[in-house]
Amino acid sequence: MAQERFDAIVVGAGPSGNAAAYTMAKRGLKVLQLERGEYPGSKNVQGAILYANALEKLIPDFREDAPLERHVIEQRLWTMDETSHTGLHHRSDDFNEERPNRYTIIRAQFDKWFSRKVREAGVLLLCETTVTALLRDEKGKVVGVQTDREGGAVYADIVVLAEGVNGLVGQRSGLRPELKPDTVALAVKEMHFLPPEVIQARFNLKGNEGVVIEAMGTITAGMTGTGFLYTNQESISIGIGCIVSDFAESEVTPYGLLEAFKAHPSIKPLLENSECKEYAAHLIPEGGYKAMPELCGDGWIVVGDAGQFVNAVHREGSNLAMTTGRMAGELVADLKERQAPCSKAELGQYRRRLEATFVMKDLKKYRGIPDFLHGNKQVFGLYPRLFNAAARNWFRVDGIDKRTKEKEILTAFRKGRTLPGLINDGIKLARAWR
Amino acid sequence: MLEAAAAAKVEEKLYQNRYLVDAGRPHIKVRPHIVPSKALLALTHACPAGCYSQNDQGQVEASVDGCVECGTCRVLTAKTGEIEWNYPRGGFGVLYKFG
Repeated sequence: MAQERFDAIVVGAGPSGNAAAYTMAKRGLKVLQLERGEYPGSKNVQGAILYANALEKLIPDFREDAPLERHVIEQRLWTMDETSHTGLHHRSDDFNEERPNRYTIIRAQFDKWFSRKVREAGVLLLCETTVTALLRDEKGKVVGVQTDREGGAVYADIVVLAEGVNGLVGQRSGLRPELKPDTVALAVKEMHFLPPEVIQARFNLKGNEGVVIEAMGTITAGMTGTGFLYTNQESISIGIGCIVSDFAESEVTPYGLLEAFKAHPSIKPLLENSECKEYAAHLIPEGGYKAMPELCGDGWIVVGDAGQFVNAVHREGSNLAMTTGRMAGELVADLKERQAPCSKAELGQYRRRLEATFVMKDLKKYRGIPDFLHGNKQVFGLYPRLFNAAARNWFRVDGIDKRTKEKEILTAFRKGRTLPGLINDGIKLARAWR
Repeated sequence: MLEAAAAAKVEEKLYQNRYLVDAGRPHIKVRPHIVPSKALLALTHACPAGCYSQNDQGQVEASVDGCVECGTCRVLTAKTGEIEWNYPRGGFGVLYKFG
C-alpha cells in the first residue's frame, strides 16, 4: 500500500471518522480509512443513544436501513439514595413522530452499518490496522501515517484523527496533551437480554418505543459520575461511570459499582431474569471546553472524542462526533476544490465554523460545569439523600400534620448543608450553567 | 462483602466477551519496580477488567488477556511512567459484539 497516495487518511471508523470519510468521499476525494479492530465497531463502546439530527445531515434516509433499536418516547432523570429514587419523567406521544428524534442503538451493529455506507461512498477501509505514528516532511507537516502492517507507511494530504478518547497517535505525536485523570470518566456497561414483550411490559411501551433512564446520587459512592439504563429492542444497556481520579482515590472497583447499581431496589426489578451477554468499559472525555486540545495543524485535523467533543451535561457525544467529522470533511473538500493546501492557517476555519454550531456553543455554555461537579461532591451524596428523605417524609401519611412535615424537611436541608451553603451551591450552579 | 462478591464476578463478566489474544505479546507491561507508586497501586481496583494485582512482595503485576483497552491504567500512570502501554496489534484484543 506504500506507493498509493490519498487525498485524506482517516484514523478510526467510529462515528466521527465515518462522518469525515463519508463526507470527503461524497465530494470526490480519495480516502483511506484505517481501523484497528477486526470490524468497525469492534473496539467501540457507547450507552448508546443516537440523535437523529446529526446523522440526518449526512444520510437523510438513514431510517430506511440503519440498525435502530427503539425510538425514545420517555426520558427519566433519577436522583437516588440507597433505597429510593426521586425522578423527573418526561413521556410524550409527540415522540412517536414519523421521523423520531432519538433512538437507542447497539454501537457495534450501528458502526458496521455506517461503515458500509462509507465504503459505498468510495472510501477504502483497512481493518486490523493500527496506526503507530504520524509521518512528517522536513518542515514538520504531517504527510501520512505509519501502520503496524509490513511496509506500512501511507501518504496523504491530510490525516483526520478520529482515533477516540484514548487516541495514542495524536497524543504521542505531541499534538494533544495527555488525558488528565480528573477530566476523563471511566464507564462500565453490560448488555442484558430479555424478550421484547417483557421489556415492553416492564417499561409500559408498545412496538419500538423506548425509555431511557439517567441516574445520579449515592449510586456512585461519593464519586462524580452517573448511571444509565437504556431499553433496546431485546436488551437493556446498563452502565455507570465516574471520573477516573475518583476511582483511583476510592477503594471502589468499577464492576463493584455496577453490581451495586444493578442491585438497587429501583433497578433490580427492571433487569430481573435477564441474561448478560457482554461487559464493556470505555473512557469518556468529560473536561469539556476547557480541556479541548488544539484542533488542527499542518496536515492534520482532529474530530470526535479525540478532540474532547462530548457534552457531559446532556450525555451527548456521538452527535458531536458526527458533526465535527462532517465539518472537518467539508472543510477538507472545500480546500481541495480551491486547490488550497491543508495548512494550519487554512484549517483554522474548522474551529470558526464549529463556533457557529451547537457543538461549540454548548461546550462553551457548560465550560464551568466540570469544575462545579468536581468541587461539589454533595451533588452526588448529600442532595440525593435530602431529596429522597424529603419525598419519603412528604408522601408518607402517618398522622403528622403537613406543617410539621414541611418544617422537618427544611430543617433537614439546613442541617445537612446550612443556609449559606445551600445558597452558595445554588449560585455556583447557576454560574456554571450559564 | 460487596467488593469481595464483585471481585469474584469480574472474571465471569469478562468470560462473556470475545477476545483474540495475541499470545506471548502482551500490549501492556508493568515496568520493573520495587515499591509501586500510589497511582500504580490504584490500578488493582480501578482497572475495570481486574487486570492488575499485587504479588507477595507488594509489586503490581498485570495479566492483560482480559483487557478491554479502555486506557484507564495508562491515564493514571502517565505521570509515573510505570507501565508501558500500547494498543494490541491490529485485529487482536477485545472484540465487542454489542459495544
